[in-house]
Amino acid sequence: MSDTQLAWVVWAVLLPLGGIVVNLVVGRRLGEKGIGAVASLAAAGSFAVSGLLALALLQHPEGGIYRLATWFNLGSLAVDWSFRVDTLSVTMMLVVSGVGTLIHIYSIGYMHADVRHNGDPQRFRRFFIYLNLFVAAMLLLVSANNFLVLFVGWEGVGLCSYLLIGFWFEKGEGGLGNARAAKKAFIVNRVGDFGLLIAIFLMIGAFGTLDFDGVFAQAAQAAPALLVAITLFMLLGVTGKSAQLPLFVWLPDAMAGPTPVSALIHAATMVTAGVYLVARSQALFLPVPQAQAAVTWVGGLTALFAATIALGQYDIKKVLAYSTISQLGFMVAAVGMGAAVAGIFHLVTHAFFKALLFLAAGSVILGLEHGHEHAGEGHDPFDPQDMRQMGGLRKRMPLTFAVYLVGALALAGVAPLAGFFSKDEILVAASERFPVVFGLLLAAAFLTAFYMGRQLILVFFGEPRSKAAHHAGESRPLVTMPLVVLAVFSALGGALNLPGLHSLEHWLEHSLVGVKEGHFVWAVALGSLAVALLGLGLAWLVYGRRAPTEQDALARPLGPLYRAFERKWWVDEFYRLVLLRPLGWLAQVLAGPVDLGLINSLGDGLGQGSQLSANWLRKLQNGLVRSYALVVMVGVVAMFAYLLWVR
Amino acid sequence: MTITYYLALSVILFTLGAVGVLVRRNAIVIFMSLELMFNAANLVFVAYAAYYQLINSQLFVFFVMTVAAAEVAVGLALMVAIFRTKHSIDVDQMSALKG
Amino acid sequence: MNAWFHPLVLITFLPLFGLALLLLLDGRNERSLRWVALLTSLVTFGLAVWALLLDRQGALTELSLPWLRLGRLAVRFHLGADGISLLMVLLTTFLMPLALLSTWTAVQGERLKGFLALFLLLEVGMNGVFLALDLVLFYIFWEFTLVPMIFLIAIWGGERRIYAALKFFLYTMVGSVLLLVGILFVGLQVGSFDLPALIQNRAAFAGAQTVLFLAFGLAFAIKVPLWPLHSWLPDAHVEAPTAGSVILAGVLLKMGAYGFLRFNLPLFPQASQQLAPWMAGLAVVGILYGAGVAFAQKDWKKLVAYSSVSHLGFVMLGIFALTPQAVSGAVLQMVNHGLSTGALFLLVGMLYERRHTRELAAFGGLWKVLPVLSALALIVTLSSLAVPGLNGFVGEFNILAGAFNASALGSVWFAGLGTVGVILAAAYLLKMFEKVFLGPLVHEENRSLADLNIREVLTLLPIVVLVVAIGIYPQPIFDLISPAVERLLMLAAQP
Repeated sequence: MSDTQLAWVVWAVLLPLGGIVVNLVVGRRLGEKGIGAVASLAAAGSFAVSGLLALALLQHPEGGIYRLATWFNLGSLAVDWSFRVDTLSVTMMLVVSGVGTLIHIYSIGYMHADVRHNGDPQRFRRFFIYLNLFVAAMLLLVSANNFLVLFVGWEGVGLCSYLLIGFWFEKGEGGLGNARAAKKAFIVNRVGDFGLLIAIFLMIGAFGTLDFDGVFAQAAQAAPALLVAITLFMLLGVTGKSAQLPLFVWLPDAMAGPTPVSALIHAATMVTAGVYLVARSQALFLPVPQAQAAVTWVGGLTALFAATIALGQYDIKKVLAYSTISQLGFMVAAVGMGAAVAGIFHLVTHAFFKALLFLAAGSVILGLEHGHEHAGEGHDPFDPQDMRQMGGLRKRMPLTFAVYLVGALALAGVAPLAGFFSKDEILVAASERFPVVFGLLLAAAFLTAFYMGRQLILVFFGEPRSKAAHHAGESRPLVTMPLVVLAVFSALGGALNLPGLHSLEHWLEHSLVGVKEGHFVWAVALGSLAVALLGLGLAWLVYGRRAPTEQDALARPLGPLYRAFERKWWVDEFYRLVLLRPLGWLAQVLAGPVDLGLINSLGDGLGQGSQLSANWLRKLQNGLVRSYALVVMVGVVAMFAYLLWVR
Repeated sequence: MTITYYLALSVILFTLGAVGVLVRRNAIVIFMSLELMFNAANLVFVAYAAYYQLINSQLFVFFVMTVAAAEVAVGLALMVAIFRTKHSIDVDQMSALKG
Repeated sequence: MNAWFHPLVLITFLPLFGLALLLLLDGRNERSLRWVALLTSLVTFGLAVWALLLDRQGALTELSLPWLRLGRLAVRFHLGADGISLLMVLLTTFLMPLALLSTWTAVQGERLKGFLALFLLLEVGMNGVFLALDLVLFYIFWEFTLVPMIFLIAIWGGERRIYAALKFFLYTMVGSVLLLVGILFVGLQVGSFDLPALIQNRAAFAGAQTVLFLAFGLAFAIKVPLWPLHSWLPDAHVEAPTAGSVILAGVLLKMGAYGFLRFNLPLFPQASQQLAPWMAGLAVVGILYGAGVAFAQKDWKKLVAYSSVSHLGFVMLGIFALTPQAVSGAVLQMVNHGLSTGALFLLVGMLYERRHTRELAAFGGLWKVLPVLSALALIVTLSSLAVPGLNGFVGEFNILAGAFNASALGSVWFAGLGTVGVILAAAYLLKMFEKVFLGPLVHEENRSLADLNIREVLTLLPIVVLVVAIGIYPQPIFDLISPAVERLLMLAAQP
């Protein structure tokens, strides 16, 4: 690829940054539509650049590297601002910028209502600045050519999620809830970043470079123990960013942010950074099957674990959040077991239908808020996200229902929608390499279908269970149009890697290592389809046939197990007890008795010691001439004695 | 005639004087004890002068006597001045420099 | 070049000229007093930039004149600058005008002249410390910085200012005394106090290296401050006036680290290598301890003070990793910390001027009322957090990467535990940011606060610009300091 073509990649990152500058400088004068347009055009520009790069790659599939400038060069380590254009990075760029642009457009309508609902219309501009910053950071992450620039994007998206989750920083539980959720996200992510940093340090020591080509070339000869260390620390980073066990706890809390934020960051793009990292670094994982097993197991366990929690949630967004964690588990398991193509395939399709589901949920929430005001109950406390207040929205918000149905079925893995194909590939790979994890994933797939069925029924079917639901209405086109686009992709997205054609696989082969020929196994395909239909059917049986009661229909049959699902297996409480409280106590002890007491007394003690000794010495000065004379006498005698007998 | 007897006498006198300085409280008595110490030193000088036939030692006695006289003069003047304020020459009561 | 107009001499002594002008002016003419001081510091900054340009051309010479003679000992008036010194001087002269600008409305009245005079004296001392290449000259300037600082704290400080000033004085003095003994010993052995001569003849005192390292090192360690000698810092920082805190955190603390680099490493190479793990260990304890204690603080300034302990732990870790990457990162981090913590203190001062309190609990939800201040505070907080793309990350990353693979330390645990500091920094800094700027507006008094005026923006903006610029393109600084760092490490490596 020519250098000029490669140079385009920088524009993918710079355009959203330019959008920020424009909005900062002239944003106030542009008005809401203008601000939204600038931001969306910037994102769309990145998408266009990604598209052009993709087209160029069709001619030259091997891609290329573009070096923008030196970052720092310290003799032993040289790191440049350099970008990589290959099929994997461009795929990610397309997803990020494509879904990102749709979400920008959606946000214009959504935030128009949201800033008024929350009482600060001036904050509209800030949202789009943060959104552009996020897209820029994520694009930097996926187009980076070395681990350090990747890390800039990695922490950059973490920063943006802090800013966006805490967007309504004065709202939330007790006024601080959103700010706390944002802080939690950042700090938990930082724990993961710690892992990635250690992995980077190990790489510097072992390979002397952080460039992808350099690292991967030397990986083959590296000592296995070293690779295991690097990959396991990298896994820690992945569990942080991609919300796997044990660092997933920030994602559900992150629902505190506005819904477009959830769609973009937590469903479609940011959380997938971990999956991308493992896919990119396959060369480090392939030589060490133990590390691969670790990643696969983490993914598989998370998939099932999160799916169980999703069963017990009442908040429409929380269900989707845990569903995201679960699906990320699928992806992580896939890239862990070496089926990177399957993982990326599922990443792409998941981006479509999860973004769709979140945005559609946003539409539902908007509808309910509207209905709430319409019903004249504007000032009563009301949670527009509580599914128990919904019901019967099928008739009141038909378009939203239609797209939501598409998204839900895609997520559940019903053929021929996109999710079926991508999930199926992962299941096939698992069935061959990690049979137990296959079982976990299959169970997770069953639960996925079940809880999505539950959600569909609770939200859209039956009779409205609150005045707000009764008065809810469809959202405006600015909101629903992106939904339709995403629904189309969710339906047809399977075409990306149809069995037999394997277009995505052939596309990605140029960038990934260890790609094995994908194949279609009828048994697994039919099995997963059956599981999905079984799940949906069971949901209909449990929830569909009678009117929902106060308690969830599953609560009595499952008893304490259901409590566990509802209470998220008490993970947050566990962390608080085992980590946060002791550490907070430790900080108090260090600040109080240790620092003010012990260490301070080093100095204070010195002062007091001097005073004590001074007081003691003072006694010599008793003012009596005779004692002074005695001292003189004794001294003289001592001197003479010394002179006479010692010398 | 050995010199030892003179030296012994001198030591006794010196000790008596020293103890007197340390133990007595009356300033005049202290001065008298001091004089005793001086004279003990003088005795030593003279003894050695006679024994070794040295003139230097005899000369030194004059120095000692002069210093003694001067010191007593100053000391008694101090005592008079102090007596004016304290109405006592008890050394233990002059402890204004107690720290 | 005539000695009087040598750039290094001018940089060091120009503030005295400004001081003379100040003394001549009427104490009631506050405007002219402030402007004289500000202009003096700006001209000094200009001179520092000029010196930098000369250095780039290779035209910056040293100035070495015979000065004092004490028997067979000679003290030379030796000023010289390598990359590290120049960088420190630039930092000093950059922060001075900003600190002075921040006092425009904070310090008023008849004592203004004294205040400004003390600041100018302080600048003389600080520049001298970084430029002196003779041990006695260095010691003179080192002590020289102590006096104005003490008066600044004791007269214009907060409630417990006398205690804080006294503590600061005593702690520093204890170190300085041993430093003096060390200097005298070394000078007597060699017959000169000139640094190049000492380095050349360091075999003369090589036997007592370890003791000398500790003697020199105690003074520097107290200044840095290295755990557990840090107790003076929270009190000094909290009680000092805003501008004093800015200079204290921005420059004075760096003098300690600079001392280690300039003297301990080249003069006592074996001791440096042997004691490196111990120093690094204390540094790592400082990183974690400082972060933990900062988390528990309720006073904003104290929180920032303890964060300094944590940050300078990173610097010390970098220095004693004894690799070019780590040391370069440490020197850069010295600048970064000066900028970001200086800015934090400026922000604390600005809010203090409005609300006259430093308690975190007195704030909350300020972002709604003070958007510009909050935005700048966010950038500065992120820089302190070492978020990639800003300056703090480049420094910390290179320190940790260098220390991780360092042979002098012999274990990855130093850097590994240091990296945990990254997580803890997020904890206390975000807690700080949340308590002040996020959440609902609980206190009514905060609702009517005024956002930043032009002067305040001018004070913060240069720092913020540098924060971003260094984060994206730090290479010019690394180019400036590389030769000096390599030379120091080469000297430190030989037996």
